[in-house]
Amino acid sequence: MADDKTSVDRRGFLKYAATGAVAAAAPGSMHAQDHDHDHQVVPSDPALRTKALESLLVEKGLVDQAALDALIDTFEHKVGPRNGAKVVARAWVDPNYKARLLSDAASAIAEIGLGKSAVGDHTLVLENTPKVHNLVVCTLCSCYPWTVLGLPPVWYKSTAYRSRAVIDPRGVLREFGLQLDEDVEVRVWDSTAELRYFVLPERPAGSENLSESELAELVTRDAMVGVARVLMPAGGAKA
Amino acid sequence: MNGVHDMGGMQCMGPIHHEANEPVFHSPWEGRVYAINRALSAWHKWNLDAWRYDIELLPPPDYLRMSYYEKWLAALENRIVKYAMVTKEELASGKPTLGSARATPVFTVAMARVVEPRITAPSNDPSVAPLFQVGERVRARNINPVGHTRLPRYARGKTGKVVLDHGVFLFPDTNSQFRGEKRQHVYSVQFAARELWGEGASPKDSVYLDMWDDYLEHTGS
Repeated sequence: MADDKTSVDRRGFLKYAATGAVAAAAPGSMHAQDHDHDHQVVPSDPALRTKALESLLVEKGLVDQAALDALIDTFEHKVGPRNGAKVVARAWVDPNYKARLLSDAASAIAEIGLGKSAVGDHTLVLENTPKVHNLVVCTLCSCYPWTVLGLPPVWYKSTAYRSRAVIDPRGVLREFGLQLDEDVEVRVWDSTAELRYFVLPERPAGSENLSESELAELVTRDAMVGVARVLMPAGGAKA
Repeated sequence: MNGVHDMGGMQCMGPIHHEANEPVFHSPWEGRVYAINRALSAWHKWNLDAWRYDIELLPPPDYLRMSYYEKWLAALENRIVKYAMVTKEELASGKPTLGSARATPVFTVAMARVVEPRITAPSNDPSVAPLFQVGERVRARNINPVGHTRLPRYARGKTGKVVLDHGVFLFPDTNSQFRGEKRQHVYSVQFAARELWGEGASPKDSVYLDMWDDYLEHTGS
Protein backbone atom coordinates (compact mmCIF):
# COMPACT_ATOMS: atom_id res chain seq x y z
CA MET A 1 0.00 0.00 0.00
CA ALA A 2 2.96 2.33 0.36
CA ASP A 3 2.86 3.94 -3.06
CA ASP A 4 2.93 7.39 -4.60
CA LYS A 5 -0.28 8.31 -2.89
CA THR A 6 1.34 8.05 0.51
CA SER A 7 3.72 10.89 -0.16
CA VAL A 8 0.77 13.08 -1.17
CA ASP A 9 -0.89 12.18 2.11
CA ARG A 10 2.26 13.13 3.99
CA ARG A 11 2.26 16.54 2.34
CA GLY A 12 -1.36 16.92 3.30
CA PHE A 13 -0.40 15.97 6.81
CA LEU A 14 2.36 18.56 7.02
CA LYS A 15 -0.04 21.20 5.78
CA TYR A 16 -2.52 20.20 8.47
CA ALA A 17 0.19 20.01 11.09
CA ALA A 18 1.19 23.56 10.25
CA THR A 19 -2.29 25.04 10.06
CA GLY A 20 -4.47 23.21 12.50
CA ALA A 21 -3.37 19.85 13.80
CA VAL A 22 -5.76 20.04 16.74
CA ALA A 23 -8.75 20.70 14.55
CA ALA A 24 -7.77 17.94 12.13
CA ALA A 25 -7.45 15.40 14.90
CA ALA A 26 -10.75 16.35 16.51
CA PRO A 27 -13.32 16.92 13.79
CA GLY A 28 -16.23 19.22 14.50
CA SER A 29 -17.23 22.77 13.87
CA MET A 30 -13.69 24.01 14.47
CA HIS A 31 -12.49 21.54 11.91
CA ALA A 32 -14.96 22.73 9.32
CA GLN A 33 -13.89 26.34 9.78
CA ASP A 34 -10.20 25.58 9.57
CA HIS A 35 -10.88 23.37 6.59
CA ASP A 36 -12.55 26.23 4.75
CA HIS A 37 -9.67 28.46 5.61
CA ASP A 38 -7.25 25.90 4.21
CA HIS A 39 -9.10 25.89 0.92
CA GLN A 40 -8.46 29.58 0.45
CA VAL A 41 -4.72 29.21 0.95
CA VAL A 42 -3.82 25.86 -0.60
CA PRO A 43 -5.99 23.70 -2.87
CA SER A 44 -7.25 20.79 -0.81
CA ASP A 45 -5.55 17.52 -1.61
CA PRO A 46 -8.64 15.40 -1.19
CA ALA A 47 -10.69 17.65 -3.46
CA LEU A 48 -8.14 17.36 -6.25
CA ARG A 49 -7.64 13.64 -5.77
CA THR A 50 -11.38 13.08 -5.79
CA LYS A 51 -11.83 15.06 -8.97
CA ALA A 52 -9.07 13.11 -10.73
CA LEU A 53 -10.42 9.81 -9.44
CA GLU A 54 -13.97 10.54 -10.54
CA SER A 55 -12.88 11.59 -14.01
CA LEU A 56 -10.81 8.39 -14.37
CA LEU A 57 -13.69 6.20 -13.22
CA VAL A 58 -16.12 7.96 -15.55
CA GLU A 59 -13.75 7.57 -18.50
CA LYS A 60 -13.38 3.87 -17.74
CA GLY A 61 -17.15 3.51 -17.53
CA LEU A 62 -17.06 2.38 -13.91
CA VAL A 63 -19.33 5.13 -12.60
CA ASP A 64 -21.91 7.41 -14.14
CA GLN A 65 -21.68 11.09 -13.22
CA ALA A 66 -25.45 11.64 -13.26
CA ALA A 67 -25.93 8.67 -10.92
CA LEU A 68 -23.42 10.19 -8.50
CA ASP A 69 -25.29 13.52 -8.66
CA ALA A 70 -28.58 11.75 -7.96
CA LEU A 71 -27.09 9.82 -5.06
CA ILE A 72 -25.77 13.00 -3.43
CA ASP A 73 -29.12 14.69 -3.96
CA THR A 74 -30.87 11.77 -2.26
CA PHE A 75 -28.64 11.94 0.81
CA GLU A 76 -28.64 15.71 1.04
CA HIS A 77 -32.37 16.22 0.55
CA LYS A 78 -34.44 13.06 0.91
CA VAL A 79 -32.92 11.04 3.73
CA GLY A 80 -32.54 12.63 7.10
CA PRO A 81 -33.65 12.85 10.72
CA ARG A 82 -37.08 14.27 9.76
CA ASN A 83 -38.04 10.70 8.88
CA GLY A 84 -37.09 9.43 12.32
CA ALA A 85 -38.84 12.39 13.95
CA LYS A 86 -42.12 11.40 12.27
CA VAL A 87 -41.76 7.89 13.65
CA VAL A 88 -41.14 9.20 17.16
CA ALA A 89 -44.07 11.62 17.07
CA ARG A 90 -46.43 8.89 15.86
CA ALA A 91 -45.28 6.61 18.68
CA TRP A 92 -45.96 9.36 21.22
CA VAL A 93 -49.55 9.91 20.10
CA ASP A 94 -50.50 6.32 19.24
CA PRO A 95 -49.80 3.59 21.83
CA ASN A 96 -50.64 0.82 19.38
CA TYR A 97 -48.17 2.21 16.88
CA LYS A 98 -45.57 2.45 19.62
CA ALA A 99 -46.09 -1.21 20.52
CA ARG A 100 -45.63 -2.21 16.86
CA LEU A 101 -42.55 0.02 16.60
CA LEU A 102 -40.88 -1.61 19.57
CA SER A 103 -41.67 -5.16 18.43
CA ASP A 104 -41.22 -4.82 14.63
CA ALA A 105 -39.53 -1.53 13.80
CA ALA A 106 -39.17 -2.15 10.06
CA SER A 107 -42.90 -2.64 9.49
CA ALA A 108 -43.88 0.22 11.77
CA ILE A 109 -41.45 2.62 10.10
CA ALA A 110 -42.76 1.56 6.68
CA GLU A 111 -46.24 2.70 7.80
CA ILE A 112 -45.21 6.34 7.91
CA GLY A 113 -44.31 6.31 4.25
CA LEU A 114 -40.78 4.97 4.08
CA GLY A 115 -40.80 1.73 2.12
CA LYS A 116 -40.05 -1.39 4.13
CA SER A 117 -37.13 -2.25 1.88
CA ALA A 118 -35.71 1.18 2.62
CA VAL A 119 -35.51 0.49 6.32
CA GLY A 120 -34.17 -3.01 6.37
CA ASP A 121 -35.22 -5.80 8.66
CA HIS A 122 -32.60 -5.20 11.27
CA THR A 123 -33.62 -1.90 12.82
CA LEU A 124 -34.34 -1.84 16.53
CA VAL A 125 -35.95 0.97 18.48
CA LEU A 126 -34.86 1.55 22.08
CA GLU A 127 -37.29 3.29 24.41
CA ASN A 128 -36.01 5.86 26.87
CA THR A 129 -37.96 6.12 30.12
CA PRO A 130 -37.46 8.03 33.38
CA LYS A 131 -35.46 5.01 34.61
CA VAL A 132 -33.65 3.81 31.45
CA HIS A 133 -31.50 5.88 29.12
CA ASN A 134 -30.26 4.36 25.86
CA LEU A 135 -27.25 5.62 23.91
CA VAL A 136 -26.10 4.39 20.47
CA VAL A 137 -22.49 4.22 19.27
CA CYS A 138 -20.31 2.30 16.83
CA THR A 139 -16.87 1.93 18.40
CA LEU A 140 -15.40 0.05 15.39
CA CYS A 141 -16.48 2.33 12.54
CA SER A 142 -19.58 4.47 11.93
CA CYS A 143 -22.65 2.18 11.82
CA TYR A 144 -25.74 4.33 12.18
CA PRO A 145 -29.46 3.96 11.38
CA TRP A 146 -29.03 6.13 8.29
CA THR A 147 -32.13 4.90 6.50
CA VAL A 148 -34.15 6.60 9.25
CA LEU A 149 -31.81 9.36 10.46
CA GLY A 150 -29.70 10.15 7.38
CA LEU A 151 -25.91 10.08 7.32
CA PRO A 152 -24.26 10.40 10.74
CA PRO A 153 -22.87 13.73 11.99
CA VAL A 154 -19.12 14.22 12.36
CA TRP A 155 -19.22 13.95 16.15
CA TYR A 156 -20.81 10.48 15.95
CA LYS A 157 -17.92 9.30 13.75
CA SER A 158 -15.25 11.06 15.81
CA THR A 159 -12.59 9.20 17.75
CA ALA A 160 -13.65 11.13 20.87
CA TYR A 161 -17.22 9.83 20.84
CA ARG A 162 -16.43 6.32 19.60
CA SER A 163 -13.78 5.75 22.25
CA ARG A 164 -15.52 7.24 25.26
CA ALA A 165 -19.23 6.38 24.82
CA VAL A 166 -18.74 2.84 26.12
CA ILE A 167 -16.39 3.55 29.04
CA ASP A 168 -17.81 6.88 30.22
CA PRO A 169 -21.34 7.29 28.86
CA ARG A 170 -22.41 9.58 31.69
CA GLY A 171 -19.43 11.85 31.06
CA VAL A 172 -20.24 11.92 27.35
CA LEU A 173 -23.85 12.82 28.12
CA ARG A 174 -22.72 15.59 30.46
CA GLU A 175 -20.62 16.95 27.62
CA PHE A 176 -23.82 17.13 25.58
CA GLY A 177 -25.48 18.96 28.48
CA LEU A 178 -27.43 15.98 29.78
CA GLN A 179 -26.97 15.19 33.48
CA LEU A 180 -28.53 11.85 34.46
CA ASP A 181 -29.46 10.90 38.02
CA GLU A 182 -27.43 8.09 39.57
CA ASP A 183 -30.48 5.84 39.70
CA VAL A 184 -31.10 6.02 35.97
CA GLU A 185 -29.84 2.91 34.16
CA VAL A 186 -27.65 3.72 31.15
CA ARG A 187 -27.65 1.21 28.30
CA VAL A 188 -25.00 1.78 25.64
CA TRP A 189 -25.57 -0.06 22.35
CA ASP A 190 -22.34 -0.68 20.42
CA SER A 191 -23.40 -1.41 16.82
CA THR A 192 -20.92 -4.20 16.14
CA ALA A 193 -23.12 -6.13 13.65
CA GLU A 194 -25.75 -5.29 11.03
CA LEU A 195 -28.41 -4.32 13.57
CA ARG A 196 -29.20 -0.62 13.54
CA TYR A 197 -30.46 1.11 16.64
CA PHE A 198 -32.27 4.32 17.26
CA VAL A 199 -33.76 5.79 20.40
CA LEU A 200 -37.39 6.59 21.10
CA PRO A 201 -36.90 9.58 23.41
CA GLU A 202 -39.26 10.56 26.22
CA ARG A 203 -42.09 12.85 25.25
CA PRO A 204 -41.43 16.23 26.86
CA ALA A 205 -43.63 17.36 29.73
CA GLY A 206 -46.08 20.07 28.72
CA SER A 207 -46.44 18.79 25.15
CA GLU A 208 -49.92 17.33 25.71
CA ASN A 209 -51.65 19.86 23.47
CA LEU A 210 -49.27 19.62 20.54
CA SER A 211 -50.31 17.88 17.34
CA GLU A 212 -48.36 14.98 15.87
CA SER A 213 -46.67 17.22 13.31
CA GLU A 214 -45.84 19.82 15.96
CA LEU A 215 -44.32 17.08 18.08
CA ALA A 216 -42.25 15.85 15.14
CA GLU A 217 -40.77 19.35 14.84
CA LEU A 218 -39.37 19.03 18.37
CA VAL A 219 -37.59 15.71 17.82
CA THR A 220 -33.90 16.08 17.09
CA ARG A 221 -31.35 13.74 15.60
CA ASP A 222 -29.33 13.92 18.80
CA ALA A 223 -32.32 12.75 20.86
CA MET A 224 -32.71 9.73 18.56
CA VAL A 225 -29.05 8.81 19.06
CA GLY A 226 -29.52 9.21 22.81
CA VAL A 227 -27.28 12.20 23.58
CA ALA A 228 -30.10 14.69 24.20
CA ARG A 229 -33.60 14.96 25.54
CA VAL A 230 -36.47 16.33 23.51
CA LEU A 231 -37.31 19.76 24.91
CA MET A 232 -40.24 22.11 24.56
CA PRO A 233 -39.31 25.16 22.41
CA ALA A 234 -39.01 27.44 25.45
CA GLY A 235 -36.31 25.07 26.74
CA GLY A 236 -34.17 25.78 23.68
CA ALA A 237 -34.32 22.61 21.59
CA LYS A 238 -30.95 21.64 20.19
CA ALA A 239 -30.38 20.98 16.50
CA MET B 1 -6.91 -7.02 13.93
CA ASN B 2 -5.93 -5.09 17.04
CA GLY B 3 -5.91 -1.79 15.14
CA VAL B 4 -6.58 1.79 16.17
CA HIS B 5 -10.07 1.56 14.68
CA ASP B 6 -10.96 -0.66 17.66
CA MET B 7 -11.06 2.31 20.03
CA GLY B 8 -13.84 1.53 22.48
CA GLY B 9 -12.56 2.41 25.96
CA MET B 10 -9.66 4.66 24.93
CA GLN B 11 -9.53 7.89 26.92
CA CYS B 12 -7.11 10.25 25.25
CA MET B 13 -9.17 11.42 22.28
CA GLY B 14 -10.23 14.84 23.55
CA PRO B 15 -13.61 16.56 23.75
CA ILE B 16 -16.52 15.86 21.42
CA HIS B 17 -17.15 18.70 19.00
CA HIS B 18 -20.84 19.18 18.31
CA GLU B 19 -21.61 21.29 15.26
CA ALA B 20 -25.02 22.96 15.17
CA ASN B 21 -26.89 22.72 11.85
CA GLU B 22 -24.23 20.49 10.40
CA PRO B 23 -24.39 19.99 6.61
CA VAL B 24 -24.60 16.45 5.25
CA PHE B 25 -21.28 17.01 3.47
CA HIS B 26 -18.82 19.72 4.50
CA SER B 27 -17.27 20.03 1.03
CA PRO B 28 -18.48 18.86 -2.38
CA TRP B 29 -15.64 16.31 -2.62
CA GLU B 30 -16.98 14.49 0.45
CA GLY B 31 -20.27 13.90 -1.33
CA ARG B 32 -18.44 12.69 -4.44
CA VAL B 33 -16.35 10.25 -2.38
CA TYR B 34 -19.45 8.97 -0.64
CA ALA B 35 -21.31 8.52 -3.93
CA ILE B 36 -18.39 6.88 -5.75
CA ASN B 37 -18.04 4.38 -2.92
CA ARG B 38 -21.69 3.44 -3.09
CA ALA B 39 -21.83 3.35 -6.88
CA LEU B 40 -18.77 1.11 -7.19
CA SER B 41 -20.18 -1.38 -4.69
CA ALA B 42 -22.75 -2.26 -7.38
CA TRP B 43 -19.98 -4.08 -9.28
CA HIS B 44 -19.94 -6.65 -6.44
CA LYS B 45 -16.18 -6.92 -6.44
CA TRP B 46 -16.19 -6.79 -2.65
CA ASN B 47 -18.66 -7.12 0.20
CA LEU B 48 -19.44 -4.80 3.10
CA ASP B 49 -17.09 -6.63 5.47
CA ALA B 50 -14.22 -6.44 2.99
CA TRP B 51 -15.05 -2.77 2.46
CA ARG B 52 -14.77 -2.04 6.18
CA TYR B 53 -11.55 -4.01 6.40
CA ASP B 54 -9.95 -1.80 3.73
CA ILE B 55 -10.47 1.23 5.95
CA GLU B 56 -9.02 -0.60 8.95
CA LEU B 57 -5.94 -1.40 6.85
CA LEU B 58 -4.98 2.28 6.55
CA PRO B 59 -1.76 2.94 8.48
CA PRO B 60 -2.68 3.84 12.08
CA PRO B 61 -1.21 7.38 12.00
CA ASP B 62 -3.23 8.08 8.84
CA TYR B 63 -6.36 6.60 10.36
CA LEU B 64 -6.14 8.92 13.37
CA ARG B 65 -5.15 12.03 11.42
CA MET B 66 -7.53 11.84 8.47
CA SER B 67 -11.07 13.16 8.49
CA TYR B 68 -13.80 10.59 7.93
CA TYR B 69 -14.09 11.06 4.19
CA GLU B 70 -10.33 11.34 3.76
CA LYS B 71 -10.24 7.78 5.10
CA TRP B 72 -12.94 6.77 2.65
CA LEU B 73 -10.97 8.32 -0.20
CA ALA B 74 -7.65 6.74 0.76
CA ALA B 75 -9.23 3.31 1.21
CA LEU B 76 -11.09 3.73 -2.07
CA GLU B 77 -7.86 4.45 -3.96
CA ASN B 78 -6.26 1.34 -2.47
CA ARG B 79 -9.36 -0.76 -3.07
CA ILE B 80 -9.88 -0.07 -6.77
CA VAL B 81 -6.27 -1.02 -7.45
CA LYS B 82 -6.50 -4.12 -5.25
CA TYR B 83 -9.60 -5.33 -7.10
CA ALA B 84 -8.06 -4.48 -10.49
CA MET B 85 -10.67 -1.91 -11.46
CA VAL B 86 -7.89 0.53 -12.28
CA THR B 87 -4.12 0.12 -12.44
CA LYS B 88 -1.66 1.98 -10.24
CA GLU B 89 -0.49 3.83 -13.32
CA GLU B 90 -4.03 4.93 -14.16
CA LEU B 91 -4.57 6.11 -10.60
CA ALA B 92 -1.35 8.12 -10.69
CA SER B 93 -1.99 9.67 -14.12
CA GLY B 94 -5.76 10.06 -13.83
CA LYS B 95 -6.10 8.70 -17.38
CA PRO B 96 -7.17 5.26 -18.64
CA THR B 97 -4.40 3.20 -20.23
CA LEU B 98 -4.52 3.61 -23.97
CA GLY B 99 -6.68 0.91 -25.56
CA SER B 100 -8.14 -0.36 -22.26
CA ALA B 101 -11.71 -1.63 -22.41
CA ARG B 102 -14.49 0.72 -21.41
CA ALA B 103 -17.20 -0.65 -19.12
CA THR B 104 -20.84 0.41 -18.90
CA PRO B 105 -21.71 1.81 -15.47
CA VAL B 106 -23.85 -0.62 -13.48
CA PHE B 107 -25.11 1.95 -10.98
CA THR B 108 -27.80 4.09 -12.60
CA VAL B 109 -29.65 7.29 -11.79
CA ALA B 110 -32.76 5.24 -11.04
CA MET B 111 -30.86 3.17 -8.46
CA ALA B 112 -29.53 6.33 -6.87
CA ARG B 113 -33.08 7.57 -6.21
CA VAL B 114 -33.94 4.53 -4.11
CA VAL B 115 -32.53 4.34 -0.63
CA GLU B 116 -31.55 0.72 -0.18
CA PRO B 117 -29.65 -0.55 2.80
CA ARG B 118 -26.65 -2.53 1.75
CA ILE B 119 -27.47 -6.20 1.54
CA THR B 120 -27.00 -8.34 4.61
CA ALA B 121 -27.83 -11.97 5.17
CA PRO B 122 -31.40 -13.19 5.50
CA SER B 123 -32.21 -13.40 9.16
CA ASN B 124 -34.51 -16.42 9.30
CA ASP B 125 -32.59 -19.47 8.14
CA PRO B 126 -34.02 -22.45 10.07
CA SER B 127 -31.15 -24.67 8.99
CA VAL B 128 -28.74 -22.67 11.14
CA ALA B 129 -29.34 -23.49 14.80
CA PRO B 130 -28.39 -21.01 17.52
CA LEU B 131 -25.57 -22.14 19.80
CA PHE B 132 -26.75 -19.96 22.69
CA GLN B 133 -30.12 -19.18 24.25
CA VAL B 134 -31.62 -15.93 25.43
CA GLY B 135 -30.98 -15.57 29.15
CA GLU B 136 -27.78 -17.64 29.06
CA ARG B 137 -24.53 -16.40 30.59
CA VAL B 138 -21.77 -16.29 27.98
CA ARG B 139 -18.15 -15.24 27.73
CA ALA B 140 -16.73 -13.32 24.78
CA ARG B 141 -13.82 -15.37 23.51
CA ASN B 142 -10.29 -14.06 23.87
CA ILE B 143 -9.34 -14.07 20.21
CA ASN B 144 -6.85 -11.80 18.47
CA PRO B 145 -7.28 -12.46 14.75
CA VAL B 146 -4.92 -10.56 12.45
CA GLY B 147 -7.73 -9.91 9.94
CA HIS B 148 -11.08 -8.17 10.21
CA THR B 149 -13.22 -8.90 13.26
CA ARG B 150 -16.24 -7.27 14.89
CA LEU B 151 -15.37 -8.46 18.39
CA PRO B 152 -13.93 -5.35 20.07
CA ARG B 153 -10.95 -5.78 22.36
CA TYR B 154 -12.72 -4.24 25.32
CA ALA B 155 -15.21 -7.14 25.47
CA ARG B 156 -12.82 -10.06 24.99
CA GLY B 157 -12.75 -12.44 27.93
CA LYS B 158 -15.68 -10.65 29.57
CA THR B 159 -18.84 -12.33 30.74
CA GLY B 160 -22.32 -11.17 29.82
CA LYS B 161 -25.86 -12.31 29.23
CA VAL B 162 -27.66 -13.07 25.95
CA VAL B 163 -30.70 -10.79 25.81
CA LEU B 164 -31.86 -11.05 22.18
CA ASP B 165 -31.34 -13.47 19.29
CA HIS B 166 -31.31 -11.45 16.05
CA GLY B 167 -31.23 -14.42 13.69
CA VAL B 168 -28.65 -15.49 11.15
CA PHE B 169 -25.95 -13.28 9.61
CA LEU B 170 -22.74 -13.69 7.65
CA PHE B 171 -19.59 -14.00 9.73
CA PRO B 172 -17.44 -10.93 9.06
CA ASP B 173 -14.10 -12.46 10.04
CA THR B 174 -14.23 -14.90 7.11
CA ASN B 175 -16.56 -13.01 4.76
CA SER B 176 -14.25 -9.98 4.76
CA GLN B 177 -11.52 -12.13 3.21
CA PHE B 178 -13.81 -14.16 0.91
CA ARG B 179 -13.16 -17.28 2.95
CA GLY B 180 -16.80 -18.20 3.38
CA GLU B 181 -20.00 -16.71 4.76
CA LYS B 182 -20.13 -19.02 7.83
CA ARG B 183 -23.76 -18.11 8.50
CA GLN B 184 -24.52 -18.06 12.22
CA HIS B 185 -26.69 -16.40 14.83
CA VAL B 186 -26.04 -12.93 16.18
CA TYR B 187 -27.19 -11.94 19.66
CA SER B 188 -27.39 -8.82 21.76
CA VAL B 189 -25.17 -9.59 24.73
CA GLN B 190 -25.43 -7.38 27.79
CA PHE B 191 -22.18 -6.72 29.63
CA ALA B 192 -22.33 -4.95 32.99
CA ALA B 193 -20.27 -1.76 32.93
CA ARG B 194 -18.40 -3.01 36.01
CA GLU B 195 -17.51 -6.28 34.27
CA LEU B 196 -15.95 -4.26 31.44
CA TRP B 197 -14.44 -1.33 33.32
CA GLY B 198 -14.16 -2.30 36.97
CA GLU B 199 -15.47 -0.83 40.18
CA GLY B 200 -15.22 2.75 38.97
CA ALA B 201 -18.18 2.21 36.62
CA SER B 202 -21.78 2.68 37.65
CA PRO B 203 -23.42 -0.50 38.98
CA LYS B 204 -26.54 0.51 37.05
CA ASP B 205 -25.00 0.66 33.59
CA SER B 206 -24.43 -1.87 30.80
CA VAL B 207 -23.00 -2.05 27.30
CA TYR B 208 -24.82 -4.17 24.73
CA LEU B 209 -22.79 -5.68 21.90
CA ASP B 210 -23.95 -7.71 18.93
CA MET B 211 -22.06 -10.99 19.01
CA TRP B 212 -21.82 -13.81 16.52
CA ASP B 213 -21.82 -17.45 17.72
CA ASP B 214 -18.11 -17.73 16.95
CA TYR B 215 -17.33 -14.86 19.33
CA LEU B 216 -18.91 -16.56 22.32
CA GLU B 217 -18.31 -19.49 24.63
CA HIS B 218 -20.33 -21.10 27.41
CA THR B 219 -19.27 -20.02 30.88
CA GLY B 220 -19.80 -23.48 32.35
CA SER B 221 -21.82 -22.10 35.24
